[in-house]
Amino acid sequence: MRNAFAEEITALAQTDERIVLLAGDIGNRLFDRFKEACPNRFYNCGIAEANMIGLAAGLAMAGFRPVCYTIAPFLTYRCVEQIRVDLCYHHVPVILVGTGSGLAYASLGATHHSCEEMGMLRLLPHLNVVAPADSQEVRGALRASLQDPNPTYIRIGKKGEPVVHPSVPAFTLGKAIPMRGGHGQGESDEVALLSTGVMLPTALALADWLKARDIHASVHSFHTVKPLDENTLHRAFSTASVVATLEEHSVLGGLGGSLAEWKADRPELPARLLRFGTADEFLHKTCDTEEANAHFGLTPEALGPRIQQALAASLNVT
Amino acid sequence: MECTETISELAAVSARLRGEVIMMSHRAGTPHLGSSLSVVDILVALYGAALRIDPKAPEDPLRDRAILSKGHAAMALYAVLAEHGFFGRELIDTFATHGAALAEQPSPHCAPGVELATGSLGHGLPISLGLALAAKIRGQAYRVFTVLSDGECNEGTVWEGALLAPALKLDNLVVIVDYNKWQATGRSEEVTSLSPLVEKWRAFGWHAQEVDGHDLAALTGALATVPHPSGKPLAIIAHTVKGKGVSFMEDDNNWHYRIPKASEVTAAFLELGLPAPVIPAGSGPKKAH
Repeated sequence: MRNAFAEEITALAQTDERIVLLAGDIGNRLFDRFKEACPNRFYNCGIAEANMIGLAAGLAMAGFRPVCYTIAPFLTYRCVEQIRVDLCYHHVPVILVGTGSGLAYASLGATHHSCEEMGMLRLLPHLNVVAPADSQEVRGALRASLQDPNPTYIRIGKKGEPVVHPSVPAFTLGKAIPMRGGHGQGESDEVALLSTGVMLPTALALADWLKARDIHASVHSFHTVKPLDENTLHRAFSTASVVATLEEHSVLGGLGGSLAEWKADRPELPARLLRFGTADEFLHKTCDTEEANAHFGLTPEALGPRIQQALAASLNVT
Repeated sequence: MECTETISELAAVSARLRGEVIMMSHRAGTPHLGSSLSVVDILVALYGAALRIDPKAPEDPLRDRAILSKGHAAMALYAVLAEHGFFGRELIDTFATHGAALAEQPSPHCAPGVELATGSLGHGLPISLGLALAAKIRGQAYRVFTVLSDGECNEGTVWEGALLAPALKLDNLVVIVDYNKWQATGRSEEVTSLSPLVEKWRAFGWHAQEVDGHDLAALTGALATVPHPSGKPLAIIAHTVKGKGVSFMEDDNNWHYRIPKASEVTAAFLELGLPAPVIPAGSGPKKAH
């Protein structure tokens, strides 16, 4: 995903002279081509993320479209007040790209994990919060954010994530991408899987797991956690018996937390909400990303039975 | 804005604006009077003799930028902006009243000439770096002047910005520290080991110089050569007195929060050589801070 980001921002910057790329002393050689193509529009701001965000705000106030890039937890947790005051309160279109988000850097320990940052950031007025599923969506998210008047946070992985989309999909902020089912073809799905970020391959595998057991599940890449795609939500909660969110993020505050709030205001919608994500804890175990996901039960084999159970319960009620 | 005013004219403006600020604090019951009085001469020199801004075109992309990073001294900023015709007196008269444009601390785009919402300290300098860098990228000649407080220099982002600006060769950036030796609850030198302040900025790669922050000739002189021929960003450490201009407020940190009574306003105006003020009935200290 980070290579796709570097390629895409390099291509975009050559036609859009407003783009300035700021990095927090990361991405050794990643931006060589950008620096070559736009030598006066790349700045390494050093290991000083809060200053980088203020600097980006100043550039945006002068008409530029700055993009700040560094490791997700440092870009977000450390800088919440700068994001809130400099970007959101002043309402300037700065793009923040947090790399190695979620559990991508599982092996580096919890200092490098970001499983709470979407929950913190989505409270901030004006800020878009976006979690692309693969490298194609990274490109789509970047293009869409550059056209948007609001500041945007984009959380991406590192490298080598599975590519789900064959090409860059039509990408609109706040509009989920239907992946499977859910097209209103007459038969309604019992389950709607809403996946944000790199959980999409898991969501698709989960749909397969369910299908093998004769349970039909639609899958959406719900890449934008804020603003919510309310049309897709209304449809999912009206037609399915169970709506499940999947995210490499805490079940508190992220997509699942957000939908719990949304659903609380709409008691008339019949579906049951299940939230799949990381637990309210720091991961102390030394492990890689796959093992970390397994630790939190974020595998088709662990999630499938939980959906079966919820479906059975909802049938008993009705 | 042209440098046409003589030093004695600027001094008269300073005295008038001190009276304005004292009256604003009294009328609206708002604190930070001491911090506002210490920065008045800096702002008078800046707006009267250094800035290239047309008050009738406050959004001109080529204007110099003036950032009052110590947003708690907003009363002084509003007074100097009104003095230069960025907006009318009526905004001063309604300062900090219900629904007014001018709040106790500046909000974004609250009035012409107010560049930033700066109530939270440590934000002005990083944003100023971005504004200055934007001019460099586009080859534009505007400059950025940022006024910090000494207490504000507790904030880490001040020093993050101070480290980066020389590396970016931002000779179009000027920091002025209103060094009044106090912060909210104590001597700035005792709260953190701030001194030697000029040496700190110098060691960070700035062209740093000390001036008497109430000497308008020294201030206008220091502000006259931007970009500085050294090619470095410029740090002006302005030694000031909190509460400057009124004997019973000078260097007394109670005036960080105290609101002047009617009798104190009258006494202050007398000391400043201003005509006796007309004090609205029923105004004065009432808010608890």
